[in-house]
Amino acid sequence: MATYILRRLIMALIIILIVTVIVFLTMRLLPGDPILMWLTQDDLKQLTAEQLQILRHEFGLDKPMFLQYTDWLSGVFQGNLGTSIRYNTSVTSEVLRRIPITLHLGLLAFILGFVFGIPAGVICAVKRGSLTDTVITTLTNIGITVPVFWLGILMMYVFSLYLRWLPTYGYTSPFEDFWLNTRQIIMPVICLAVFPIASTARQTRSSMLEVMRQDYIRTAWSKGLIERRVIMKHALKNGLIPIVTLSGLGLGGILGGSVLIESVFAIPGMGRLVIASVQNHDYAVTQGITLIIASGIILVNLIVDISYGWLDPRIRLG
Amino acid sequence: MAPPGQIEIPPRVSEFWRFYRVFLNRGLVVFGLVVVVAFLLTAAFSPWLAPYDPYEQHLDNLLQPPSWQHWLGTDTLGRDTLSRIIFASRTTLMVGVIALGIAAIVGMIVGLMAGYFGGWVQAVIMRIMDALMAFPMILLALVIAALLGGGLRNVMIAIGIALVPGYARLMCGQALSIKENDYVLAEQSMGASSVRIMLRHVFPNCLPPLIVMITMMMGMAVLAEAGLSYLGIGIEAPAAAWGGMINDGYSRITTNPILSFAPGIAIMLVVFAFNMVGDGLRDALDPRLRGTF
Repeated sequence: MATYILRRLIMALIIILIVTVIVFLTMRLLPGDPILMWLTQDDLKQLTAEQLQILRHEFGLDKPMFLQYTDWLSGVFQGNLGTSIRYNTSVTSEVLRRIPITLHLGLLAFILGFVFGIPAGVICAVKRGSLTDTVITTLTNIGITVPVFWLGILMMYVFSLYLRWLPTYGYTSPFEDFWLNTRQIIMPVICLAVFPIASTARQTRSSMLEVMRQDYIRTAWSKGLIERRVIMKHALKNGLIPIVTLSGLGLGGILGGSVLIESVFAIPGMGRLVIASVQNHDYAVTQGITLIIASGIILVNLIVDISYGWLDPRIRLG
Repeated sequence: MAPPGQIEIPPRVSEFWRFYRVFLNRGLVVFGLVVVVAFLLTAAFSPWLAPYDPYEQHLDNLLQPPSWQHWLGTDTLGRDTLSRIIFASRTTLMVGVIALGIAAIVGMIVGLMAGYFGGWVQAVIMRIMDALMAFPMILLALVIAALLGGGLRNVMIAIGIALVPGYARLMCGQALSIKENDYVLAEQSMGASSVRIMLRHVFPNCLPPLIVMITMMMGMAVLAEAGLSYLGIGIEAPAAAWGGMINDGYSRITTNPILSFAPGIAIMLVVFAFNMVGDGLRDALDPRLRGTF
């Protein structure tokens, strides 16, 4: 087990390193003057050639690419992700302000995905071919096809504008006003959770069907165990393994969805910051957020992989 | 009944007809196929199908609800919504096809090399793919498209890049298993070059899951394009794109909700159809998977 964890840890670190290289290269090699990372277009026009030269030297743009990369990376390790041109604050502080909000919504959606998705999948597998199965399967099929931002607008129309049950947009901290916060996040979280619930249900269903055809399940039945025990204790434990592995990828989908949902519901989270930074050409912010999100997903996948090793004894001991 | 002592040989069923029988077995798959064909035809014959020119502004008819004249009403500039939805199918199809094409070709080459050569080539390529997969697809496409400068061509490239890892992993896995076959060993011992083996033997056998993946990914590509055009990246006004239309309709949602709803329904139909066709293809091409869905 220890070697398994160690191997996975080293692998994750290597991948994070590759991610930093990709992010760095993306921001530097794409068309446009790299000095736009620190200056706006207007500044660029106002400065003379010599001033630009001095600034380039100051920002280290005349050094070879590799040295620029190591400089930037060492800055990142010290917590310095650069400065936002737009807000004139450090990227790190801006991101730290917004991470809790996005995580709040994302984690809730993630949990809902399991809480509703797995039982739905199990029910479908157990009652395969019945009306319940058909209905739930159709719903999950719809669930993975819905454009998440469109669902947001639809829900906003029905629940906020038509029925006036819920506030239209915004986000207040749950520590300030818990009830208002709850009412504000119901719609965004449900929109974010639809795809995870639907895809988890589908995967659970097919995984459970695969497991239930196995011989050891037939043995359990013939031993006379009651249905619930067979399903919960034997089938589900084995069926959960592929679902747990795939759930790590689901987080990436949720974070991607939050980029759109935060735009629809005007929630000041990381997704909205990324969109704004891309539209404002605030490249330092874009770079910082992309790096953080990608690293976060890799770390979550690492945890998932390790727990997968714990769940499946064949990995642990093999 | 055969005479005693002789084995009765069942009639030979053509592989072709077996495929069709399984594929068309489920009603939803047939429905999906019909919608996909309708989508393709709509995109191809937009100028003949759309009742009005999508850019034409009927300034006396702004923000009309659905009527007999304009089946889905008009938008803020008086343009017919139905025509815009029909023409937007072209944008979606183009982005989908080209993005998938880029992803499939690049992914296939990369995956084939990784799977066939194995060793450190595989390790390096697969780690890079893992790193690419760590970025949420929308985020990756958003950043690449915006950095390249927006516009439809860059959206296609961006979505294509975002979809590459899926194909690469698939091809790598396929190549790894096919490489073990004896006929590959035979070719190698005859002195065939690696390129020849990869192209003539490994690649054709990898095709079935690849085709399935292409149809499944088409749904994701459509959703990604819709998301990006919703955020205003990719299309240049006054061009029509479903996501962009949803965004335009957002400001008028209290008075003319159909402006946002109709494009969304179009997106859902197309994505659903491609997913169903993908399911049907998967069931028909790989019998082992039948029964698990």
